[in-house]
Amino acid sequence: MKTDSKKHVLGEPVNRVDGLLKVRGQARYAAEHEQESTPYVGWLVASDEAVGEITTLETDAAEQADGVVAVLTYKNAGPLKPFSKPADESRFTQSRAVLHEPHIRHYGAPVALVVAHTLEQARYAASLVRFSINSERPDLLEGPDDAKVTPDSLDGGFEPDVHVKNTSQDRHDIRLSADYTTPSQISAAMEPHATVASFDGNTLTVNCSVQIVASAVEALAITLEMEPENIVVKSPYVGGGFGSKLGLHYDAILACIGARHLKHAVKVVLSRRQVFYNTPHRGNSYQSISLSCDANGKLGQISHKSAMPRAKGYQFAEATGAVARVTYDAEEIVSTHRVKDVDLPLIDSTRSPGDAIGSLAFESAIDELAEKAGMDPLAFRLCNMPEVHPVSKTRFTSHRLADCLRQGAEKFGWGNKPQASGDTLYGHGVASAMRLNMLTPSRASISLDHEGQLTVRSDMTDIGTGTYTILAQIAAEVFGAELDKVTVELGDSHSPVSCGSGGSFGAASTGSALHKACEALCDKLKAALGDDASDSAISLDGAVVLCENHTGKRKVPLTTLFDASAFPLQETGEVGEEDTSEDEQYSCGAHFAEVAVNMVSGEVRLKRQYGMFSAGKILNLKTASSQLKGGMVWGAGYALTEAIHHHTQTASFLNPDFGEYHIAVNRDIGEVSLDFIEEADYDASPIGAKGIGELGITGAGAAIANAIADACGVRVRDFPITLDKVMNQLKALG
Amino acid sequence: MSAIHINGESYPLPDDPRTTLLDFLHQNLSLFGTKKGCDHGQCGACTVLVDGQRMNACLMLAFQLKGKNITTIEGIGSNTELHPLQQAFIEKDAFQCGYCTSGQICSGVALLNEMAQSDPSIVSAQQDCSTREDIAERMSGNLCRCGAYPNIVDAIEQVIALERQS
Repeated sequence: MKTDSKKHVLGEPVNRVDGLLKVRGQARYAAEHEQESTPYVGWLVASDEAVGEITTLETDAAEQADGVVAVLTYKNAGPLKPFSKPADESRFTQSRAVLHEPHIRHYGAPVALVVAHTLEQARYAASLVRFSINSERPDLLEGPDDAKVTPDSLDGGFEPDVHVKNTSQDRHDIRLSADYTTPSQISAAMEPHATVASFDGNTLTVNCSVQIVASAVEALAITLEMEPENIVVKSPYVGGGFGSKLGLHYDAILACIGARHLKHAVKVVLSRRQVFYNTPHRGNSYQSISLSCDANGKLGQISHKSAMPRAKGYQFAEATGAVARVTYDAEEIVSTHRVKDVDLPLIDSTRSPGDAIGSLAFESAIDELAEKAGMDPLAFRLCNMPEVHPVSKTRFTSHRLADCLRQGAEKFGWGNKPQASGDTLYGHGVASAMRLNMLTPSRASISLDHEGQLTVRSDMTDIGTGTYTILAQIAAEVFGAELDKVTVELGDSHSPVSCGSGGSFGAASTGSALHKACEALCDKLKAALGDDASDSAISLDGAVVLCENHTGKRKVPLTTLFDASAFPLQETGEVGEEDTSEDEQYSCGAHFAEVAVNMVSGEVRLKRQYGMFSAGKILNLKTASSQLKGGMVWGAGYALTEAIHHHTQTASFLNPDFGEYHIAVNRDIGEVSLDFIEEADYDASPIGAKGIGELGITGAGAAIANAIADACGVRVRDFPITLDKVMNQLKALG
Repeated sequence: MSAIHINGESYPLPDDPRTTLLDFLHQNLSLFGTKKGCDHGQCGACTVLVDGQRMNACLMLAFQLKGKNITTIEGIGSNTELHPLQQAFIEKDAFQCGYCTSGQICSGVALLNEMAQSDPSIVSAQQDCSTREDIAERMSGNLCRCGAYPNIVDAIEQVIALERQS
């Protein structure tokens, strides 16, 4: 991809370098890769039972239907390693097999793949497959006490249970005990999971939509029992991930099974409803919270007890208690996590695992306690800021939560809300955001050709986060080059292995790796320039190297520095554990919301959302702001609209589509604005950046819930806060 | 002749009566700019213009569109010049992953015409129908999971302001 000619300063709000392709509809997503031949199209036949054994399976009619080239089932799909094996692999590299056994693990799981020349033929023929399943009663989480298992570890590396007691002081004058629930939710990226796979008898080439390319190669090798050298994965454009594309899902496995069986390209695109069942969702949570404080608002006890479902055979447990452990200082902190293994589709990371829903409950509870203490909720929060991490007692590399709250309140106009008018009351809400920062091992390369064109390569992905743009900015910055002299190639397993996109670690980790590569290339240029260049500043002006130090400036054409055979010059950079501090690393933020509540209908309208964030160096003000705004929009959905409803008899979903699973639409959102307290954090990463992708949602929903309570006294603890729940409490309040 | 006109070119209708306009664009014409997000008219990612009106391409069978003029994202702007709304989307960062963008832009282009004709929305029945709330209402048939909504409204506002100047 060529980049636009723009200003070349890191941090500047330059336009996305992939913007031109995207506004023209020319960026090619997974399903749009038509290789040497038009791919066959596969359509999956889905189970209508949650758990059981396939007892009969009739495929003759489908096989004889027009255009059908194969019907694949557990009888002919192999070889495949059984699902979730081997046990010692990570969840993203364990086998993701389907069609490897007659056992059905969840509702909507694939029973067969019908492959035909066209989509219409495949869909019709799929309707001709007859099967029956000897079903068993599914295990589901039926209440908080039903979750009895302590997981070995939690997502993010947190301990399942924590108990710290700092002093014997008794600050328990004012108490709150409240049970919150959050529903099952789904990432619902706009691009349904899709794969086009082709197989030439030796190499399997897989165009798919995945956030982490390297683990996708490993997962395919393990699942298909192939050598990883014979698998190529490409994912240059990803139409949204939000955790749902961290790993590969059944579209990819099925397309590969089909391609291997037919030695022909096969495309499998999940329908929206299939996405709900064949990719992960977030489990529902029960969060039981007890808090106490003294009359001055100093927190005594924080107790957070979480109960959630865990999909059978899949080791993912969400750390909903993480925010309760880190946000405020307290005399005593108790946090536990319990799970129950259930017969549901995969349960895995959804944007800001742990904190998105943990903050909904915990930051609501903090507000409830502040109200009991008769304190302003902003002042209450500021009164409990930690000096060090409240549990580990380790210092923070940077901690600007109090500044975010104070400065954010001023910019937002805290408490300066509109007067009630007619049936409408207005409220203001606030919530803190603390999101763990991680530097993750990653690699990227830079190459320079004889004309001065720079090319960045990494198997890193851009899932809408702006990776293409910030990597181009980093390279342009180091070489003082114009942005259009940098080409960025991502999402190809031939390229250096990166951390991929997820956990808000992509930009800081891969950006730092690229920065190191660029510095190494600079050193190579200096070495070629001779001894006097060692203390010089190096930049590129097209094919000319500018070398400047206190003695003056000289210009040397690249082609006089190196033989033609030396081009392209190439260096690879790498980051790892040694590049980051062992101290506590967090991005901080403060969310504010203004809502209007109609006292007749219970309808909540969002008027304004505002955020003040501290997340290290901001690499691109424009794309960073957009990503945070997007997180705040998710917060609105989590507070007000989003919920998967379960059918408990069949362990199916009642609303698996966009008609009934309500993500926020444009008019649900009011004014959204934000500012940064910018402070490069070089303890966190070599380029001083920290994570932002999940910071925007952490706390955003709670600020809205708190604003509703401020407006009309209604406190809904069962998210989302739909108007029927508001109405019920309004009636009770009279 | 059973032809369908897409971005100024004529194409024979598909043989298979089950083929939707959206699948026709992909499967028969390799025009992939129009996206499939739900295939049920719930997300707007496949929004195209049919004789100037915005429609969900997934909800129409191709054979129904004999003689109709369809404009897809490939027909908005030209090879050398972007439509002002495409340019505004870039400047206002009105997208992230880009998957809903083709539909948002087609929808926005039609919206500009609807507003020029004072077509009513639930927010505004007449007069000044270009408030942010009205734009947001009129764009609510196009979902964006990245949450670019405020920036999408910014982009449309910018184009309305440009048009009023000229």
